[in-house]
Amino acid sequence: MLTSVCCVAIESNGLLFKLQPSYLTESANMTELAKKRPEFRNINALTDLPSYRLPAAGIVSILHRISGFLMFLLMPFIIWMFDNSITSEISFAKLSAAFNIGIGFIPGWFIKLVALALIWAYLHHFIAGLRHLYMDVCHAVTKEFGKSSAIVTLVLSIGLTAVLGAKMFGLY
Amino acid sequence: MSSVNYGSKRIVTGAGYGFRDWLAQRVTATLMALFTVILLAQVIFTSGPMEYEAWAGIFASQWMKVLTFSVILSLLYHVWVGMRDIWMDYVKPLAVRLVLHVFTLVWLTGCAGWSIQALWRL
Repeated sequence: MLTSVCCVAIESNGLLFKLQPSYLTESANMTELAKKRPEFRNINALTDLPSYRLPAAGIVSILHRISGFLMFLLMPFIIWMFDNSITSEISFAKLSAAFNIGIGFIPGWFIKLVALALIWAYLHHFIAGLRHLYMDVCHAVTKEFGKSSAIVTLVLSIGLTAVLGAKMFGLY
Repeated sequence: MSSVNYGSKRIVTGAGYGFRDWLAQRVTATLMALFTVILLAQVIFTSGPMEYEAWAGIFASQWMKVLTFSVILSLLYHVWVGMRDIWMDYVKPLAVRLVLHVFTLVWLTGCAGWSIQALWRL
């Protein structure tokens, strides 16, 4: 019980790979290696991160964080939409017009694009969150399940976003 | 055992540190997921096109207002825990982190106030 709690708590912190042992990058002969103790350094976001091959679960994890941050930043826009949609018939029409024609100097397609980004963020955060909850409840912490459920999360969130985006931009 | 048990001298025994936030994150997430399903069901089972009357009608009933209200408060706490994690992971200078924590709190409480006002005006 305690073990699984620990695992999930660590993964929910987002990026799993924060440290890189320097003995992986240095070529030293055996005697020198035996004497040397592993030295841990902080990774550099620009020089080290691009060379890391993140597994599917890692991609889901960092996207969980990015999508959450995006929704945090766009929260006033979400509430502005909610406010206008329920306040009155006039404000509802204003909101519809903002999506179809635009509002002020902002064109309608841009509003739709931001809304689509929010749709993706919500879908990803929702599905990845359900994955977390399922893992917590069922103690499903095997490597295989981590990978397969991560792929399902990515396919579902991106697929549903594409379907809803096509609908919003009037492709069908 | 040292007589000082705070700050850098604090003896961490390993029980319950961060557990409350971890649990709150999951409880609030479950409530918000249920709300999503309930809202989606009401939208899907609305007959005819989704115009103002039907949409605002969903939030007009008292039980839906109370549920939405608790979801707003859940969201407030959920986002606070998540954003605090982000700042703690990536922002090391204490002064900058403090400023960002304060900004997050003001941002979130302001957003919660605005959405509750919009909800209860209906």
